[in-house]
Amino acid sequence: MTAPLLALRQVTKIYGSGEAEVHALRSIDLEVGAGEFVALMGPSGSGKSTCLNILGCLDVATAGEYWFRGVAVSRLDRDQLALLRRSYLGFVFQGFNLLARTTAVENVELPLVYRGVGRRERHQRALTALAAVGLAGREHHTPNQLSGGQQQRVAIARALVSKPSVLLADEPTGNVDSARGHELMALLAGLNRERGITIVMVTHEPDMAAYGSRIVRFLDGRIASDQAVDHGAAA
Amino acid sequence: MIVGNAISQTLRQLGRNPMRSGLTTLGILIGVAAVIAMIALGRGATARVTRDLSGLGQNLLFVVPGAPGSGGMGARAVTRPFDPGDATAIAREVRGVAAVAPTVSLSAVAVYGGASRRTMITGSTAAYLDVLAWQLAAGRGFTDAEVRVGASVCLLGATVRRDLFGALDPVGAIVRVGTLSLRVVGTLRGKGTSTFGQDQDDFVIVPLATHQRRLTGSHEVDALFLSGAPGADTGRIRDDIEALMRTRRRIHVGDPSDFTVRDMKEVAATVASITGVLGSLLAAIAAISLLVGGIGIMNIMLVAVSERTREIGIRLAIGARGRDVLAQFLIEAVMLSALGGIAGIVLGLGASWAATSKLGMPFPIDVTLIALPFGFSAAVGVVFGFFPARKAARMNPIDALRHE
Repeated sequence: MTAPLLALRQVTKIYGSGEAEVHALRSIDLEVGAGEFVALMGPSGSGKSTCLNILGCLDVATAGEYWFRGVAVSRLDRDQLALLRRSYLGFVFQGFNLLARTTAVENVELPLVYRGVGRRERHQRALTALAAVGLAGREHHTPNQLSGGQQQRVAIARALVSKPSVLLADEPTGNVDSARGHELMALLAGLNRERGITIVMVTHEPDMAAYGSRIVRFLDGRIASDQAVDHGAAA
Repeated sequence: MIVGNAISQTLRQLGRNPMRSGLTTLGILIGVAAVIAMIALGRGATARVTRDLSGLGQNLLFVVPGAPGSGGMGARAVTRPFDPGDATAIAREVRGVAAVAPTVSLSAVAVYGGASRRTMITGSTAAYLDVLAWQLAAGRGFTDAEVRVGASVCLLGATVRRDLFGALDPVGAIVRVGTLSLRVVGTLRGKGTSTFGQDQDDFVIVPLATHQRRLTGSHEVDALFLSGAPGADTGRIRDDIEALMRTRRRIHVGDPSDFTVRDMKEVAATVASITGVLGSLLAAIAAISLLVGGIGIMNIMLVAVSERTREIGIRLAIGARGRDVLAQFLIEAVMLSALGGIAGIVLGLGASWAATSKLGMPFPIDVTLIALPFGFSAAVGVVFGFFPARKAARMNPIDALRHE
């Protein structure tokens, strides 16, 4: 058994307080090993997105511990969390979340700006990342000149450009049609397979989840099931 | 690197909303321009006053009838004038006095040929020109003999010379004042309008004795002008004159003086401090508009932060720290106000140059007049940009990302 890359221990997340208290996560345990492609599933409000946000250091747990590569994330401050995101994590969101009126290549360069990468190298790496997601030739298009699928590819390129160890995707296919969705999933699965990038993805579409190596189902803030995917059957 | 990137991001951001950026900048622009113009005008006025008053003569003091602070309005009627003996007594007994010029004045019409002008006829001694720093434009001053015997000679102020003679040479000509015929022996170089708007060149000088005998018919003297020797302590001279005159006028110890001795340096200092205070006051009022401009920047930055909440979320998610976001918005605010500051400096200098040259003031431009408002406008950006920027920096990434 290898040491997990990500480990949640007895993690609880409570939103609001008093009467309005919502238990998004109820004391869950979850481990993700390096190189896994995990799909988090479950109905709305089951806690899967909250879990992803905590894994992505965008949100902090109310109780419990989160270990990232053996580091106790729960004890880090805001700046340290930002540095952790900067160095190890890449994000892909349902709504793409690209900067408007900013070209694809500039969007992809942005994480490198915060890493202090020089202008020339930044540009080169962004072009490479865009080519890797099949967007060569569209580098200078702004998001509103690109289709949803293309915008999501830009977002994936932006997540990849800083060579993260984990890619966190929140319903990446939620805003594109099913054909584009399958293309995006094939892209993510390829990155997982070829580059060994660990992927944790939230989705409510079973045929998208099937691209993963493992499916974790949430229900009412608890993990209901956790099973490996039989790729012989899913294909 | 991050700063360089933030600057280019900012320029793009400002370019996206040119109208908004322009209007926000306008607030700072007007504030800075107003501050500069007010400071320049204040300094110009002070410099002008100082220049004018120093044009009155070095170490000038004067003695006038009336108690100190009585203002002179109606005071003349109840106060005693001086007599010619006072002038000689001061010259003889007060140490450090270079020259004393007793004067008497009267308004009268001066006539030459077909031209006439109502002007001030001043009677004084040969010392008058030195004490009050008048320079001859042509001819000569009075000789001691002319002063002693009360000769029918006169000197013309520049305004009178121009009105009566135009382009003609007045030296040697005869000017009539009442029944008196005066031969012009010289003309004076003009001093122009005084700080208080009086034409200083509108007068004719005659020997004191001539004035007393032929015009006023009395031995009285209206005022005594005197100059201290170079390096003499004018404050001490003033005190000595005060003591001497009290004795001569038999004023009892404890009674108030019925005359006033003034040191021109004090007057100059007082007037300069008044114009200085006025200038500062105007600058302070102008600074309020800079403050209002700063509030405008804060307002627009708060709008920008709330409009770009999602962008802030994205930046935080991909690895920006709070301080990176803070720096970005702070740079944006500082650039807005600094751009306004630069434009305001250009406008302010232009306006104050136009105003000072129109008002005949010196244009007191120096580096503080540029560096100070520029630094101030940048500081306004920092101060008023800080709160919105901190608001952005403290956002929770997930809340910012979910913001609609």
